[in-house]
Amino acid sequence: MSGPRYPGFDTLSLHAGAAPDPATGARATPIHFTSSFAFRDSDHAASLFNMERSGHVYSRISNPTNAVLEERIAALEGGVAGIATASGQAAMHLGLSTIAGAGSHIVASRALYGGSHNLLAYTLKRFGIETTFVDPRDLDAWRAAIRPETKVLFGETLGNPGLDVLDIPRISALAHEHDLPLMVDATFTTPWLLRPFDLGADLVFHSATKFLCGHGTAIGGLLVDGGTFDWQAAYARSGRFAELCEPYEGFHGMVFAEESTVGAFALRARREGLRDFGAVMSPHNAFAVLQGIETLGLRMDRHVANTRRVIEFLLANPAVASVSYPELDTHPDHALAKTLLPKGCGAVFTFNLKGDRAAGRRFVDALKVFSHLANVGDAKSLVIHPASTTHFRVPPEQLAASGITEGTMRLSVGLEDADDLIDDLARALKAALKGA
Amino acid sequence: MILDIQGKAAYCYSGGKKFDPQLPTVVFIHGAQNDHSVWGLQSRWFAHHGYGVLAVDLPGHGRTPAPALDSVEAMADWLLAVLEAAGVRKALLVGHSMGSLIALEAAQRAPAKVRALAMLGTTYPMKVSGELLATARDDEGTAIDMVNIWSHSTIAHKPSSPGPGFSVMGGARRLMQRMSAINPGQLFFTDFSACNAYANGEAAARSVRCPVLFIFGSKDMMTPARSTKLLTGAIAHGKVVQVDAGHSLMSEQPDAVLDALDAFALSLEGPAA
Repeated sequence: MSGPRYPGFDTLSLHAGAAPDPATGARATPIHFTSSFAFRDSDHAASLFNMERSGHVYSRISNPTNAVLEERIAALEGGVAGIATASGQAAMHLGLSTIAGAGSHIVASRALYGGSHNLLAYTLKRFGIETTFVDPRDLDAWRAAIRPETKVLFGETLGNPGLDVLDIPRISALAHEHDLPLMVDATFTTPWLLRPFDLGADLVFHSATKFLCGHGTAIGGLLVDGGTFDWQAAYARSGRFAELCEPYEGFHGMVFAEESTVGAFALRARREGLRDFGAVMSPHNAFAVLQGIETLGLRMDRHVANTRRVIEFLLANPAVASVSYPELDTHPDHALAKTLLPKGCGAVFTFNLKGDRAAGRRFVDALKVFSHLANVGDAKSLVIHPASTTHFRVPPEQLAASGITEGTMRLSVGLEDADDLIDDLARALKAALKGA
Repeated sequence: MILDIQGKAAYCYSGGKKFDPQLPTVVFIHGAQNDHSVWGLQSRWFAHHGYGVLAVDLPGHGRTPAPALDSVEAMADWLLAVLEAAGVRKALLVGHSMGSLIALEAAQRAPAKVRALAMLGTTYPMKVSGELLATARDDEGTAIDMVNIWSHSTIAHKPSSPGPGFSVMGGARRLMQRMSAINPGQLFFTDFSACNAYANGEAAARSVRCPVLFIFGSKDMMTPARSTKLLTGAIAHGKVVQVDAGHSLMSEQPDAVLDALDAFALSLEGPAA
């Protein structure tokens, strides 16, 4: 062995942030099911409240079980800090609201999960935050959309459901040219397939409900601060990000960028957004997500291997019009995927059935192993019809722009035996064709 | 706060409170490729417990502009100029690693200015291996990773620093990378060369008459406790505290380090107002 090295991904998945419990020796991370934590004395209490000592006060702000999860995802992503939230939506909201407020502007990829689109297009707009949606592949469109009041660029590492591969190196370079951070939703890729900070992103969030938890049990989100963005330099040049670089009356006049040179964002997100909006993860859910992350690398390998088998089958089936997956040379981001996603492009993808909406219904109803539901990233295989569910509120023209038709099916390939998944799909495709 | 040192800006973090030179002063001095934020918890605590705090960014580090100074002696002179500019009569100097040598040298140069010394993660001579020095010169990113791995004793810090949810190793790595981004002029190599070349440590140590506290990490691979005999022998009146940590002891064991510093400061001044 030459030279020192960091622990590998699977070791971090099992150990980062967690040690045997000093009080009991428990090897698994205990669920600290408590709302609050006793102070040693009044000075200890004041020191915790004023961030002079590290520790836990109240589980809306931090909790020891959640902290293990937060430190683990930070280590896996190569960031400086994580924050566990009630859901992926809460993580996204916490990330955006930490640096954006009324009068702010966001530039976002238009290839987004419907829930993210809702938050940006409708809900944040109601609070005075405007979003311009752009074609994620059009760098000029990103550039043209940036305004003086823009606070962040945002996209998904793999767009839902078309699997548009976000060109993180180029878009982050553009963002940094304008003193802006790039935030990405990395739910579909997980740190096993892609580490956004290594490519130039500054903020990452996950719906931990999906592959991180991995078993379709707990709702949760994780926001990760890469520590890569120099808020102070951006503030000095552009006047943006006073939230992090000027005294914050809401927390002892703290100047977060002075307090922590590389962790200012995470400090404010916890001390303001988590504290005040209160969308915190339950420690029960943190435990479930931790259990999932312990096997993340193993599961992602199997997810990808099964996905490749299923796609191979679908491509050869006469009932299938097309399959969209970046590993296929028919996908517009094939070349980019080879560069950014060498381990694979995940386990969620879409294909188009031949036939009409009724054929789609016959297909979904005939499946026995795949479950028809609104989730992805479960150990069990899942299917959904985006046009009538996740993307129901997306306008038709934007739906088409995202590559979705009425016959589009989204699969989330699980960990079952690939042969059983293929048999299930073969039966359902036959049923879809029969009624035609 | 920004001080003017011979026409050049010098940044000091004052612990979240306005600096008052009338209070007992504690000056925190970071190590190589770091800035004031490595003292985040301890410096903030002292500022809110009756002390005036100056956690400096050495020239070329953090918010104090380049160029970096290339010798421990020059850094000690700069530090004494900071004390002068801030109106500090006498201070407890708390230094980590390279910063501990700066504090030691300052104590010899201006003993009247130094109430006491706290030297953390220290040793003398502070020799840097040829391999690490060459890597710092030729490939700063790799040198950062080498030092980051050697400086931490665990991947599970309880409590984490500066707060729950932080990856201590991740934060330390990014901070060193940020220093590189701010100052691309071979900062790590400059700092390491200054440590490596510093030859006055034993003489300075033998001259020290003020109270001294050593805080060592029992798992420190950068400045192992076994290498500190020359220094602790030369300052025989120094008190030694061991904490269960590697070289990054302020973030690996923030409470233990703070408690040791608090007890030491109390022994100097009595309970602060």
